[in-house]
Amino acid sequence: MLTLTCPYCGIRACETELSPGYEAHLKRFGPTSTDEEFEVYMFARKNPKGVHFERWRHTYGCGKWFLAARCTATLEVFGTYPAQVSQPPADIIAAIIKKRPDWKGYA
Amino acid sequence: MSARLPVGGRLIDRNFPQRFTFNGRHMLGYSGDTLASALLANDQMLMGRSFKYHRPRGVVGSGAEEPNALLTIGTGPSTEPNQRATQTELFDGLTSRSQNHWPSLEFDIGILNNYAARLLPAGFYYKTFIHPRAAWKHVFEPIIRQSAGLGPAPQQRDGDVYEQAYAFCDVLVVGGGIAGLQAALSAATAGATVILLEQSPHWGGRAPVDGDVIDGNPAIDWINATVTALLAMPNATLRLRTGAVGVYDHGYILAAERLNDHAPSPDQPRQRLWRIRAGRTITAAGAIERGLSFAGNDIPGVMLASALRDYVVNYAVSAGDRTVIVTNNDDAYLTAIALHRAGLSVPAVIDARVDVTGDLPQQAGALGIRILAGRGVAKVKGSRRVTGVEVCLAAGEGTVLETIECDCIAMSGGHSPVVHLYSHCGGKVMWDEAASMFRPDTARPPTGADGAAMVLAAGASNGYLTAAEALPDAAAAGAKAAAEMGHKGQTAKTAKADARNDGAILPIWIMPQAASITARAKMWLDYQSDVKVSDVQLAAREGYESVEHTKRYTTLGMATDQGKLSNINGLAVLSQALHKDIPSVGTTTFRPPYTPVTFGTLAGEARGDIFQPLRRTPMHHLHEGQSAYFEPVGLWRRPYCFPRLGENHGQAVIREVKNTRTNVGLLDASTLGKIIVKGPDAGKFLDMLYTGVMSSLPIGKCRYGLMCNEQGFLSDDGVVARLSEDTFLCHTTSGGADRIHAWMEDWLQCEWWDWRVYTANVTEQYAQIAVVGPKARDVLQALGGMDVSKDALPFMGWSEGTLGGFPVRIYRISFSGELSYEIAVPAGHGAALWAALAQAGEGHGMMPYGTEALHVLRAEKGFIMIGDETDGTVIPQDLNLGWAISKKKPDYLGKRGQMRTYLASDTRWKLAGFETLDGSVVPDGAYIIADGVNANGQRNTQGRVTSTYFSPTLGRGIAMGLIAGGLTRLGDVVEFNTIAGGTVKARVIDPVFYDKEGAKQDV
Repeated sequence: MLTLTCPYCGIRACETELSPGYEAHLKRFGPTSTDEEFEVYMFARKNPKGVHFERWRHTYGCGKWFLAARCTATLEVFGTYPAQVSQPPADIIAAIIKKRPDWKGYA
Repeated sequence: MSARLPVGGRLIDRNFPQRFTFNGRHMLGYSGDTLASALLANDQMLMGRSFKYHRPRGVVGSGAEEPNALLTIGTGPSTEPNQRATQTELFDGLTSRSQNHWPSLEFDIGILNNYAARLLPAGFYYKTFIHPRAAWKHVFEPIIRQSAGLGPAPQQRDGDVYEQAYAFCDVLVVGGGIAGLQAALSAATAGATVILLEQSPHWGGRAPVDGDVIDGNPAIDWINATVTALLAMPNATLRLRTGAVGVYDHGYILAAERLNDHAPSPDQPRQRLWRIRAGRTITAAGAIERGLSFAGNDIPGVMLASALRDYVVNYAVSAGDRTVIVTNNDDAYLTAIALHRAGLSVPAVIDARVDVTGDLPQQAGALGIRILAGRGVAKVKGSRRVTGVEVCLAAGEGTVLETIECDCIAMSGGHSPVVHLYSHCGGKVMWDEAASMFRPDTARPPTGADGAAMVLAAGASNGYLTAAEALPDAAAAGAKAAAEMGHKGQTAKTAKADARNDGAILPIWIMPQAASITARAKMWLDYQSDVKVSDVQLAAREGYESVEHTKRYTTLGMATDQGKLSNINGLAVLSQALHKDIPSVGTTTFRPPYTPVTFGTLAGEARGDIFQPLRRTPMHHLHEGQSAYFEPVGLWRRPYCFPRLGENHGQAVIREVKNTRTNVGLLDASTLGKIIVKGPDAGKFLDMLYTGVMSSLPIGKCRYGLMCNEQGFLSDDGVVARLSEDTFLCHTTSGGADRIHAWMEDWLQCEWWDWRVYTANVTEQYAQIAVVGPKARDVLQALGGMDVSKDALPFMGWSEGTLGGFPVRIYRISFSGELSYEIAVPAGHGAALWAALAQAGEGHGMMPYGTEALHVLRAEKGFIMIGDETDGTVIPQDLNLGWAISKKKPDYLGKRGQMRTYLASDTRWKLAGFETLDGSVVPDGAYIIADGVNANGQRNTQGRVTSTYFSPTLGRGIAMGLIAGGLTRLGDVVEFNTIAGGTVKARVIDPVFYDKEGAKQDV
């Protein structure tokens, strides 16, 4: 039962208020894409043991989707941020590096 | 025999006798007794039978670790099986029954298993699964089902009520012994909000029993003063009778509080489940004593040394007149001293250690208690009760040196810290060689959202077994937890307990160490599920090297006590058998719950009528008045049909279908999803969401649309109405409204966040009523107020106005193939409009119809239903819905997925209609069989049914289904399998069974 702070309404929400949306920062591939690109978009999830970026929706709160950076092994949360970005913001990356100096991004 | 002593008992009140029954026999105990202490006071040592061999079992422990004394408490609707007598508080009128025996506890026919024990070795179940195959089904399973088991499940509904509550704190302290009290005091004094939980009805834990001296006075003085101090602090909450169940992610803790188990009251909840969020959790849950493995250690009368001490000191109950102590450590001498002080006989302390030098043995020696150093137990004498003990060398093979008569044996194999709560959420334990125990590894704690340790162990559960060590450890944990939560206020005084000089424990796992196989087969590790030393050794010989595998193979630690008593001894025996050290064998995983929790507590209020929220349409009560038969549709309840007097449901559906086709029907369509999509980019957005084009839809018109997921599979359908230049109303399926609304929000917030669109799910804001049938227009005209002619309101158009005084929006859409008006009205007007329409329809033969008639009507027209024709693997092209897919649009959700070769293949099963040759109805779920068999020897298939009904309009069975080749197979006769085993022949036809031209809906 995780707790994540919704970056929109500021509420530290229990997992029962949230809906998971799996991996964040996926790039959508449409009808002009190759089979390989579409396969990666649809199926190839990173599923790391360690730092991960995820989509969550504050379903039973403000209804907004947001993104979370957390460690899948220890459940440590590095930060949450609005969904309207295509990559993690600098302050989130800094928070991760501070706690995980060896982190090099997704391998 | 066991009996009540004439004086003493710090927890009982002899002024308040309590009557209770055990197996129908009336007995008397005192207020403050546990059921176990009261039974012992009535000389009832025998309290149950073991799981597998039905051996007689007496109480072993005095708390959560008890594996034997499991009783069924209560009768009728308040029956609860498998309750530990050691934790059950006695109350006047309590009824209890022993379990797992037939015909009686004293004479149990199942004991025959005991004499066949050689035939029931470790892994018995697995071995009988394998060969001979038939024996399991016909011989072993029926016998095991009959003979193995705990208390039977209650027959009646649980008559008690339960509740759940939430709590939040900086520091949660689990365990109200001296360590827990000190930790809570230190944390609360520093300024943290503190919740302190204690599973028993008393504060202070073992310290008063063990005679600890704190700050120069008996421990109870400090305990009372500390509880008083904590109660006076506004930031501290104390709860007795509340046991922590488990520790979960990010400091989430469940705890079960027994509110009225000890004082049944019909008006109050019996138990309460606490859902706690704590910044830090301190487990001060103490330690549990281990038994020793010697032959006959399961005979009633063999008990944990600490438990015997509890019964004497707390309840003034002696388990026997002559008690021999068997130990490998100093702590058990406390029992020898306590029994001696109570005037009971302690003929000897059998100590496996050669050097016995600690303070406590010296005290015992000074009292004249005989100490047999370097000795062990060769065998316990007796069958249903201990009669004596044969003494041997601890290091030898079991040659009997002497026999001591006794009726009770107190054993102590050392203590195991309660590391469960520390381990539930990922904390690791380490083996402490010197102390022979697993203790929390503070370098590998469970971590929380902030990445820091969220659980701290304190006192005995942190491996500090004596009061003198436990108190400073607990004070430090309390201050640390508070400081980490930002509270660095005042420092509480750390209590100081008198230290004692203990001799070292001698790790001893088998007694005597070179015992014979016969003896090892009588050394019990797990009393409840009958696992012996010989079973674990057999498992090791058969190649079970992992402790997790051995657990499952032997059932060691799988009983209701989850190995609290047996696990450490069992894995030590396993490590010896594997010639490995204990840390490399490791422990099994500790999982919640710490002790079993009753289902009612976990369910709380969410049962019966309020198990789930129930969604009712604004007309629900009117349907009830017409004796509607309801079916669940998601959380909605919708009328399935409206049976009339003397009609069954099938007959009602036929009547409703026929009447709708010939006169006019009335349908409550309020559950239909209604989502407003508005904004300058709304059209562009819907063009991406639907497979067709919505941006070109004229204002005032409706259009049918399909929605797919990114894989291309059909996910929802419905009619879209354009309300204004920038406003669309999207109808979804009844079950799909919330999901589709969330889907829209997902794309708008996470992918196309610069598109100017907003959505609102207005499903419950409108009641919607479909008036369907050839006379539908007459009914609306009777109400008056709007021009509903074909010219003013044509098929697939909508208009807004006042109908019979109601503010309505009318859609000319049809899911039945008939002339149909779907009338939306603000929800508050729904019931009145329904009544007005029913009245207006009286002269036109109007009848309400339910969801089953709706299904039949749509199937007769070949309309698909999401969830029937689709199952998450079907694309619109499979359903011949290519006409609803835009060829011109460069993109829509699902377009790329549908381009994949497998989905674009013409070998896919496609929609067709089927009519049975004999007119019967194809069974639901039937497959269309093909020639030959597949690699598994199963019949090949070439399609399946998706919808199948008796058509009242056509007078025979009709079906829709998917078949290889689809409509190219028209005219073919195929065979569907049936549940009875045969097949039914059907001809492939067009799926539009009725009014193929659509003339009836467009009038």
